[in-house]
Amino acid sequence: MEFPIQSSPCLPLNNSLSRLMVRVMLGLIPGTLALLWFFGWGVLFNLLIASATALLAETTMLRLRSRPVMSTLSDGSALLTGLLLGLSLPPLAPWWIPVVGALFAIVVAKQLYGGLGYNPFNPAMVGFVVLIISFPLQMTLWPPPQGLEAETLGLIDTLRLVFTEALPADATLDSVTMATPLDVAKTRIGLNYTWGEILADPSFGGFAGHGWEWINIGFLLGGLWLWQKRAIHWQIPVSMLGSLFIVSLFFYIADADSFGSPVFHLFSGATMLGAFFIATDPVSAATTHRGRLYYGAGIGVLTYIIRTWGGYPEGIAFAVLLMNMAAPTIDYLTPSRVFGRKDPEES
Amino acid sequence: MPHLMVTLLAQPKRIAGGLRLDANKAQSLQQPLRTANVPEQLYIPLSQHIGEAAEPLVKVGDEVLKGQLIARSSAYISAPVHASSSGKIAAIGDYPVPHPSGMRAACIVIATDGKDQPADTGLKMDAVFDADAADIRQRVRDAGIVGLGGAGFPTSVKLNPGPDREIDLLVINAAECEPYISCDEALMCSRPWEIIDGVRIMRHALNARQVVIGIEDNMPRALECLQHCLDEMGETDIQLTPVPTIYPAGGEKQLIYALTGEEVPSQGLPIDLGIVCHNVGTAAAVARALLQGEPLISRVVTVTGEGVRQPANLEVRIGTPVAELIKECGGYTDEVARLLMGGPMMGFSLPSDAVPSIKTSNCILAASYRETPQVTAASPCIRCSDCVDVCPAGLLPQQLYWYAHARNFDRIQDHNLFDCIECGCCAQVCPSHIPLVGYYRFAKTEIWALESERQFSDMARQRHEFRIERLEREKKALEERRAKARKALKPKVGDADAKQAEIAAALQRVKAKKAAQSVQPRNTGNLTEQQQADIAEADRRRSTGGQS
Repeated sequence: MEFPIQSSPCLPLNNSLSRLMVRVMLGLIPGTLALLWFFGWGVLFNLLIASATALLAETTMLRLRSRPVMSTLSDGSALLTGLLLGLSLPPLAPWWIPVVGALFAIVVAKQLYGGLGYNPFNPAMVGFVVLIISFPLQMTLWPPPQGLEAETLGLIDTLRLVFTEALPADATLDSVTMATPLDVAKTRIGLNYTWGEILADPSFGGFAGHGWEWINIGFLLGGLWLWQKRAIHWQIPVSMLGSLFIVSLFFYIADADSFGSPVFHLFSGATMLGAFFIATDPVSAATTHRGRLYYGAGIGVLTYIIRTWGGYPEGIAFAVLLMNMAAPTIDYLTPSRVFGRKDPEES
Repeated sequence: MPHLMVTLLAQPKRIAGGLRLDANKAQSLQQPLRTANVPEQLYIPLSQHIGEAAEPLVKVGDEVLKGQLIARSSAYISAPVHASSSGKIAAIGDYPVPHPSGMRAACIVIATDGKDQPADTGLKMDAVFDADAADIRQRVRDAGIVGLGGAGFPTSVKLNPGPDREIDLLVINAAECEPYISCDEALMCSRPWEIIDGVRIMRHALNARQVVIGIEDNMPRALECLQHCLDEMGETDIQLTPVPTIYPAGGEKQLIYALTGEEVPSQGLPIDLGIVCHNVGTAAAVARALLQGEPLISRVVTVTGEGVRQPANLEVRIGTPVAELIKECGGYTDEVARLLMGGPMMGFSLPSDAVPSIKTSNCILAASYRETPQVTAASPCIRCSDCVDVCPAGLLPQQLYWYAHARNFDRIQDHNLFDCIECGCCAQVCPSHIPLVGYYRFAKTEIWALESERQFSDMARQRHEFRIERLEREKKALEERRAKARKALKPKVGDADAKQAEIAAALQRVKAKKAAQSVQPRNTGNLTEQQQADIAEADRRRSTGGQS
């Protein structure tokens, strides 16, 4: 009797790219819900527009590159890029912001480099950085978080603002938006406010900004679940959060008036989203276990530097891209210890 | 060579990396081990081991007995082949052998007569434990015994550590870590005494200080059988140690690590640590050969999978066609999709069942689609490093893949490709379903090919260089000889008088010679005085006459 041949191992495989991507998306749920709760409908529009654009761009590029479309789309990576980008954008940004960002992320940062697995930079962060450099004004359109007794826009008003850039009759752009805690902290420290005074502001919430604390806790929980499901390795989040903590603690102890507290840095802005969902993108990160510790630590330190002394209130995206650049070298310098060899360098 | 003493750990270690896989051994262990029927024809390949193929000693039409030597080995790393049953040599030629390519290779075909008449092999030893190690090794070699764990390395070579090596530890590998394979377990449960006898013989031949049998802890029955047997034999110097069940704990280097905590050096052998490792089945084969005089003509084979009706372990004669074994296990089920020789992780796929079962065939896995699903197209590597976590060799499989894909064979060797044991763990966990091991095998083959090409061109270049050098040397030598000759001809300053005298002497000599030549020879030796006087007179006349 004749049989088809197959190269070993031949046991059933129970892991797949789509399973991995779906898990990451599931891990995003708690943080996303918090974001939706505090910032309203705009978050949903960003997610929808960015994902749809990402999928469309991926399809078009795959067609142009004569690559299989359905099987590639079903790996979920384009959708995930769209979602991650959508989560990072200000909820009141006009519709073309997520469109431009997602287009750039998929077309330039991903497909022009050869598609999934070949992109040296994190596509979602490339899209984000292009937007924040090109459209700084639109990238500040964060509404005040729910529960601050400020004016918040309903579904229809948000729709109109996002798609036609028309404000309700009695509102101005300033009255429906509000600086994020990171922005506030940066501006006020620049104005010689002490950290204590900044914290005392009711808009600041418990310890890291009203709403933002909960959003970060949501992403932290989702991230821990991912780690428990072995969808991500612990090295990058731990070293990134650890280094951010240590560096901010150092400056906080040195001068508690002029520097944000470690807790503020850990639970504000995109810290947890970045640590568990963005820096852990395996394609653009370092790939050796030891290398990932350095990689994550680099992101933590750079994030702090950019937040504290840089030109932008949030530094995660820039920090991730900078470390993406360093990843191949880090891998090269951190070989694993091979069984039966004394040290990793010996070969 | 001096080395540190190896100590056995009280608590075996967990190996680095590895996978927990469903054992799937119970199916084939439901029935007791039984002997497979003698097939009508046995196809016995001449190369069933690592090393040189054996050379046939029989011709078509010869009658052979069971256990008779039919092909001998002259190379050191090789093994002879014996008739697995009695009968007549039907053919000697190329037939399909177990190989994924469906390759044909030299086989001796025996048409069996069903009598199974044994030959006197002369392998049996009466006082094994008083025997010389060299004698034991020779008999093990004559019995055609090779490693039955899978690799098929000639056992006698591994029983010969060299004159100045001391063996601290003999490890008997009973881990049998691959799913589905249960031949060692079946052997341990049904003939433990054979194993223990074999281990004792090996210990004696190696003069090993310690002996340990490493067995995965998911085989309690086998463990119990061996322990019971050890107790009954009063053997207290063979330790039986369960190791954590994790694939590939049965890899030689992995098992040694689990038992001793020592790592066999990369590119090295266990002997570098004073350790020798043999498979349980091999030990039993040694006992059979030396105590019962039966060479390696049969082994235990697991026939299992959802593709076969009655999975079982069979004592199979070497050369029995796989199709016969399947028939003996109730035939194929409708679900059969693939046929593997060996386990699902490191075995290989057979294109046909018309191949013989050989010395290294531990398992025939007739698998269903559910057990070995169709390979789907691979996605790109996302460098998730799940493969790094499971690699028992501590390699970076994703980087190896990258370099194999790019045919960057220098870089891939920098990443220690040759430390890869091809266990398949990386490919098993890869979310992109990349056939990683296939890439590593490809890279290794390419590197070997490049290496032999390089050796060939190196040799050619060396030959050319030597020739050039030789020509140069000869030219130089010739020059030197000429220069010497010229020098000898040149007059030496300060020796003028001697020279002059020499020249004068030479001239003198020439003159004398000339003078001698000017006297014309005459045949005047034996003349009377009267005749002499007449001649003188004539001469005088001639000379004066000539002048006047």
